[in-house]
Amino acid sequence: MARFMEWVDARFPATKVWKEHMAEYYAPKNFNFWYYFGVLSMVVLVIQIVTGIFLTMHYKPDAATAFASVEYIMRDVPWGWFIRYMHSTGASMFFVVVYLHMFRALLYGSYRTPRELVWLIGMVIFVALMAEAFMGYLLPWGNMSYWGAQVIISLFGAIPVVGEGLAEWIRGDFVVSDATLNRFFAFHVILLPLLLVLLVYLHIVALHKVGSNNPDGVEIKKHKDASGKPLDGIPFHPYYTVKDTFGVMVFLVIYFGIVFFVPEFGGWFLERDNFAPADILQTPPHIVPLWYFTPFYSILRAVTWEWLPGGAKVWGVMAMGASIVMLFLLPWLDRARVRSIRYRGWMYKTALAIFVVSFVVLGYLGTKSPADVDLALFANVYWAQVCMILYFLFFLLMPWYTSKDPTKPEPDRVTSK
Amino acid sequence: MRKAIAAFMLLLTPVLAHGAPAGGGFDKANIDLSDTASLQRGARIFMNFCLSCHSASYMRYQRMAEDLSIDPAIVERDMMFATDKIGDLMTTTMPADDAQRWFGVAPPDLSLVARSRGEDYLYTYMRSFYLDESTPSGWNNTVFPNVAMPHAMYEWQGVQKAVFVTNERGNRQFEHFELVEPGARSPEEYDMAIRDLTNFMVYLAEPAKLERYTIGFWVIVFLLIMVGLTYALKKEFWRDVH
Amino acid sequence: MSDVSQDTSRRRFLTTVTTGVGLAGVAAAAVPFVASMTPSARARAAGAPVEVDISKLEPGQMLTVEWRGRPVWIINRTSEMLENLKTLDEKLADPDSAEPQQPGYAQNEFRSIRPEVLVVVGICTHLGCAPTKKFELGTAGGMSEDWKGGFFCPCHGSMFDLAGRVYRNVPAPTNLVVPPHSYIDDNRVLVGVDPEGVV
Repeated sequence: MARFMEWVDARFPATKVWKEHMAEYYAPKNFNFWYYFGVLSMVVLVIQIVTGIFLTMHYKPDAATAFASVEYIMRDVPWGWFIRYMHSTGASMFFVVVYLHMFRALLYGSYRTPRELVWLIGMVIFVALMAEAFMGYLLPWGNMSYWGAQVIISLFGAIPVVGEGLAEWIRGDFVVSDATLNRFFAFHVILLPLLLVLLVYLHIVALHKVGSNNPDGVEIKKHKDASGKPLDGIPFHPYYTVKDTFGVMVFLVIYFGIVFFVPEFGGWFLERDNFAPADILQTPPHIVPLWYFTPFYSILRAVTWEWLPGGAKVWGVMAMGASIVMLFLLPWLDRARVRSIRYRGWMYKTALAIFVVSFVVLGYLGTKSPADVDLALFANVYWAQVCMILYFLFFLLMPWYTSKDPTKPEPDRVTSK
Repeated sequence: MRKAIAAFMLLLTPVLAHGAPAGGGFDKANIDLSDTASLQRGARIFMNFCLSCHSASYMRYQRMAEDLSIDPAIVERDMMFATDKIGDLMTTTMPADDAQRWFGVAPPDLSLVARSRGEDYLYTYMRSFYLDESTPSGWNNTVFPNVAMPHAMYEWQGVQKAVFVTNERGNRQFEHFELVEPGARSPEEYDMAIRDLTNFMVYLAEPAKLERYTIGFWVIVFLLIMVGLTYALKKEFWRDVH
Repeated sequence: MSDVSQDTSRRRFLTTVTTGVGLAGVAAAAVPFVASMTPSARARAAGAPVEVDISKLEPGQMLTVEWRGRPVWIINRTSEMLENLKTLDEKLADPDSAEPQQPGYAQNEFRSIRPEVLVVVGICTHLGCAPTKKFELGTAGGMSEDWKGGFFCPCHGSMFDLAGRVYRNVPAPTNLVVPPHSYIDDNRVLVGVDPEGVV
């Protein structure tokens, strides 16, 4: 074995890469629960690619046969139902895991210098992931697939001047049709997966250049021992390979629990309306995107003020876009003296709590009709407007409250928590 | 860790709540997919009453014979009207254009209706037809007002009339049914037959449901073993760190 | 502080057990994926056995059915045809059907279960063309004087006798394939299914 590795190493940096990024890559020793979600994201990415490949062997990207081909997979292909459920559950779990992964960054200031690029690449991954999920959802050609795509693509039509032409260009037709389905298949199966894999690679390269953050927000590279190893660091392999394997097993219990017992997840992961084929004459009573898009969908619908120049629709689209752009700006909006929430003052903690509640409420409202009253007293649209404002204030006021925040002194070394 | 578990439990509540239909108020079907005899009776009803107008074009006879333990010879003899090959899909004999002309709309395929509408909806729908001279077919349905479908099973249920009352807001509201002509089955027997039919249609919508719970159980057992092993492994290595 | 050597051996033991059980899990997980590539219910239905009624098939006549996308010929051979088969051995490349081109129950002088009824796949074993039938003896069908009836492939000139056996010195290397088949009763052949009790 040793001689084999010598032969390889003379021609390929195998051992060098292994050492640099696994066996001698020093990560902080105080990673907690929130630090599992990076590797879990990678696991879900692999699951989606593998199950996706096997689904593509049987799926037909043609408007006339797509829906039937999914049922063919569910019934006629040996274990087809299992692969299909793995893929649909994986899509939702991807967002669960990624949202929690992003939340960790908010908790511990992982987007702060010198990790801004890790964060930005991660945000591009998030946008690519949303595109990938959106394209993928059209493929079963169910009634919700069709109408959801119709609504979202028509948003591009709201852009002044170029909007209609742009929407037509995206669709390849005057309405969502077979042309749209075929190109979304191409994007979903090859373009975006390649992009995602590339971006994840870059994300990890950027991370390894600066080293990981940790729950205390301290820079472990500041205190090294005689041989140059961080005092508070441990080699990623074997310590985090072994810990992450445990984390992955726990995740798989939840994941396969859903796949085998509740794949529809009460209609949240597989929508009821999508078990009927696309019907251009029958719009579903509530067009709702999948749960992971609902906060942003909510913001889109919350802008109802027609007196705005150009009308409410175009401002709704811009608000939705801005809500994601805000996240890109985080490294520069945060002016606190400390990184981690453990040492921040009450201002940030309150702001973050309000942000989380607004985000969740926006998500909930995105599944409901704007005119109904599902929370107390006021129609949903008013609650959505309040939450949208709170969402934006979290970012817009951040330079002020993070600099005013009474923080605690950040420790020098990691704490044992 | 405990916070995570609590948060996860909280997240489960929408799962449990979402199962209730938007309109609410459908009778509970209370089906049991492990009751093969019920599924077989439901299959028989489906073939005899439904397949003449509707298709179940994603389902093969052979699959049904295997899953429901029905002798293929019986399926070929008694249950196949549109084809003689047991491997074929369950299509209907009614031509789609004729159906469109006769009913105003082609009877939809029923393969997945139990997943798109739900079992309670189906169970209530099949028991909610009533006599109504104002419609083209002479029938109406409280679950699906002005449906084009006539009461395919009136021979078994008999003929119902719907009694409406005017509520406080001055609107016409359905109150209860009255059986004006008994059918071949008593109300309890008919309800049971519809339960069997609903049971079958839930199976029809997802045949894999019969096996995925059993397989899933063993997968979770295995994964829990792996959780235990990997935890022990983690604890062992991390003694170096603590 | 426990003994270091005990630590490493305990560590190695745990790693080995976990890896072993884990690999078993991975192997089990691979099964559904590999299985999903096997013929689906749709492929099986399309490739299902074909029942053929031969009650109206006169002696000397042939009918063609499709099984798994291939043409299958069923020929009702006359006694003269059967007699002629025995005279051809020196002209044939594999007169005793030594090559595995037929099931065990068709490895006889007539290459069939019932002597009169030949069931054979109508695809030339050279490059897959469809041979034409030449049942007339001698030059009547455009063949040579001593032609005893059989099949001629127009693509490259291969010739087969009325048991589907290939002639010498033709491009085709082997006899025509006899598919699995059996008799439901005297009038019905089931192409695609071996007779009961055949392994």
